[in-house]
Amino acid sequence: MITLTINGLDVQVEEGTTLLEAARHLGFPIPTLCHMDGLTPYGACRLCVVEIGEGPGAKMVSSCTFPVQEGLKVRTASERVLKARRMIIELMLSVCPQSKTIQDLASKFGVRQQRFRQEFKDCILCGLCVRMCEEQMMAKAIGFRGRGESRSIGTPFDIETDVCRRCGGCMFVCPVCELRCTYNEPEKAICGGCANLVPPCVEKDQFDDMMCYMEPCVACEITKD
Amino acid sequence: MENLRSIEEFKRLQAILLEHVDTDIPTIIINAGTCGQASGANEIIRAAKSRILGKRLVDKVNLRITGCHGFCQMEPSLLIEPSRTFYPNVKPKDVERIIDAVLHNEIVENLLYKDPSSGDRIEKQEDIPFFKKQARIILGLNENVDPIRIYNYIENNGYSSLCKILEKGDPTWVVEQVKTSELRGRGGAGFPTGFKWELLAKQQNGESKYIVCNADEGDPGAYMDRSVLEGNPHSIIEGMIIGGYASGATDGIIYIRNEYPLAIKHLIIALNQARDLGFLGENILGSDFSFDIQIVKGAGAFVCGEETALMRSVEGKVGEPRQRPPFPIEKGIYGKPTVINNVETWANIPVIIDQGGAEYAKTGTDGNSGTKIFSLVGKIKNTGLVEVPMGMTINEIVYDIGGGPVGKAKIKAVQTGGPSGGCIPADKFDLPIDYDSLAKVGSIMGSGGMIVLDDNTCMVDLARYFMNFLKDESCGKCFTCRMGTQRMHEILDDISKGIGTLDQIDLLEELALAVKDTTMCGLGQTASNPVLSTLRYFRDEYVEHIQNKRCPAGVCEELIQYYINEECTACGLCKKACPEDAITGEKKVRHVIDTTKCIKCGACKSVCKFDAVETR
Repeated sequence: MITLTINGLDVQVEEGTTLLEAARHLGFPIPTLCHMDGLTPYGACRLCVVEIGEGPGAKMVSSCTFPVQEGLKVRTASERVLKARRMIIELMLSVCPQSKTIQDLASKFGVRQQRFRQEFKDCILCGLCVRMCEEQMMAKAIGFRGRGESRSIGTPFDIETDVCRRCGGCMFVCPVCELRCTYNEPEKAICGGCANLVPPCVEKDQFDDMMCYMEPCVACEITKD
Repeated sequence: MENLRSIEEFKRLQAILLEHVDTDIPTIIINAGTCGQASGANEIIRAAKSRILGKRLVDKVNLRITGCHGFCQMEPSLLIEPSRTFYPNVKPKDVERIIDAVLHNEIVENLLYKDPSSGDRIEKQEDIPFFKKQARIILGLNENVDPIRIYNYIENNGYSSLCKILEKGDPTWVVEQVKTSELRGRGGAGFPTGFKWELLAKQQNGESKYIVCNADEGDPGAYMDRSVLEGNPHSIIEGMIIGGYASGATDGIIYIRNEYPLAIKHLIIALNQARDLGFLGENILGSDFSFDIQIVKGAGAFVCGEETALMRSVEGKVGEPRQRPPFPIEKGIYGKPTVINNVETWANIPVIIDQGGAEYAKTGTDGNSGTKIFSLVGKIKNTGLVEVPMGMTINEIVYDIGGGPVGKAKIKAVQTGGPSGGCIPADKFDLPIDYDSLAKVGSIMGSGGMIVLDDNTCMVDLARYFMNFLKDESCGKCFTCRMGTQRMHEILDDISKGIGTLDQIDLLEELALAVKDTTMCGLGQTASNPVLSTLRYFRDEYVEHIQNKRCPAGVCEELIQYYINEECTACGLCKKACPEDAITGEKKVRHVIDTTKCIKCGACKSVCKFDAVETR
């Protein structure tokens, strides 16, 4: 067991636990967008930053990826953390203003202005869909492409692939694009496919196991039996 | 080549080689690193070879093709040994005269280096101000060694350090030496190398351990690693073998960027030679120590110089940093304990073992021992690679070695540490260069880029340039680094176009601090440095851009206007050069630029011989 201090409270947790898990276990809320139980921590959205250490050596780390350490002093909501978090949310609003999740976060953290040039994208590249596809749906149909400014998510060369079973898992976990799927967009490599969606669960007789993460399924509302 | 089976065999070979070294006849040294070849060294080599062969001078004069010696501005240059005569900017037609002079033990006076300040001709390389103050422990070897001849390296005491540690037979002694030498990682962060090795040596869990040479040098304007790799690849290899012996690693990897073809070529040749002679492979020199090195070529991502991204790249995955801990020392390449050191760090290792750690630590200052190679570039008279002891002041580097500003301009700052570094203003030039004092003024040592800026450099434009680089080179994993660099670039772009607001400066600063705090890897955490350090020391330039819509340095295109002053002699050169026919004027009448037509290309300014074209 490892002993550490979170917000002044001594806590004992098992080795290998992340700071996020430890803090949540104690009831300290930490906002996250790219974290989901059952998927490997990735640390892309940076919303879950917490302050560790003391004095001039204090630094910020993403709690979802940082493992607990003996004697570590963690602050989950110090002034520095909140300030950074508000800036992250403001940046997110400037990219994806239409996401309800981000709007809710903004209102929760008192972000009332957005001072950057407004964009209307529907992806913050949190990578939930990529990990969902690979780790839960065992498909690896989508992945990250490019770097920096030109980084994006999609199938290789944007070509429709059989690897994608159109399970809809990627859309289900997406924190931003809830508004994207309006059932009337033309068919694309992954999304816009709702109208054309034939989830494996519908053709139950063809599959031994329903490879569906969702219960009930977001698309067809059939429950596992 | 014969495989050496024991230390005695190596010593015998070294003795035979040293016997055959001909010190009686002079040697002409041509530096032909990438920089030399770009400025025409290949032509010089061809001319020299044809002269030597044509006149049957093979027994009378030696020719040695080496890597870069550092004075890149004067390339292609020739160095004559043993007289140490230095000929800068040699043309192929001069080669004949130089060779003839060398044969007669004379010098060609009018081809010698001319000191720009005094106008005197200087014969010996050591007397040239650029070289005088340097301590060329690493770079100096480049002159002596033909990188593709391992025998040349052995003649110059090469692989003796390896021999020494194998004779001692005690890995902890090696670690102790490196620890007492107080060598700190030359890649930029300055982590004590000996300490890192000790940690690796203690790792017992993995069956194999890796040591890596990080040669993914990507900073704009920095090329010291390339020169060391091109000029003396065996010193890196020897350093890595010693590192492997000290830490118990069995596999070495040199991660080098594919944009360095000559360095890769020389490395491959050197590795093959070292393998043939038995310095690499199973049971090195008859000992029970086995070690081998392979090359991994990087595909050109700047972020792959970050150690965790580098490891993923070696594994064949996308180069993306990951959270530390676990540190590479615990969980590195393929989950095995790994130590990653910079090229220059490895090059220092044979020197440390040869001299002994305590002797090495005498160079430099307390806690910052040894020398550091900087690539001195920008608005300065002498550009090139300079190797100085740690603790030398910026003043000495810029004015004594670099020769000060070009023309009438005044130097206002140096930018150290590449895109993730910061600017140091001229009033802080008495600062000694070491890891700690650079960090104190908001810059970093980085890998050793040093860009000199004068009053024709706009700080907003500079920050914008680096931010543009970083927004493309950020891997994009962390939202704040990816979006933050894009947004910072956007704001800087606005300011440089004169459409920024004062509020935007505050926003820029706030954003920069948030990016620094909330990103995962070294790239993100230092990405704000160009903005923060220029804001810290040159905030007035930002304000000037916003309030008066003026670029004091005359760089930001949108804010400047070209005009012709009374110096104009109406020669008409600018009129001819203008691609837009924006310049009008009769003979003997001062010409005028039509600002509505002007596209601010600067062609007129560059052709004017009377400094009559100015910006305002």
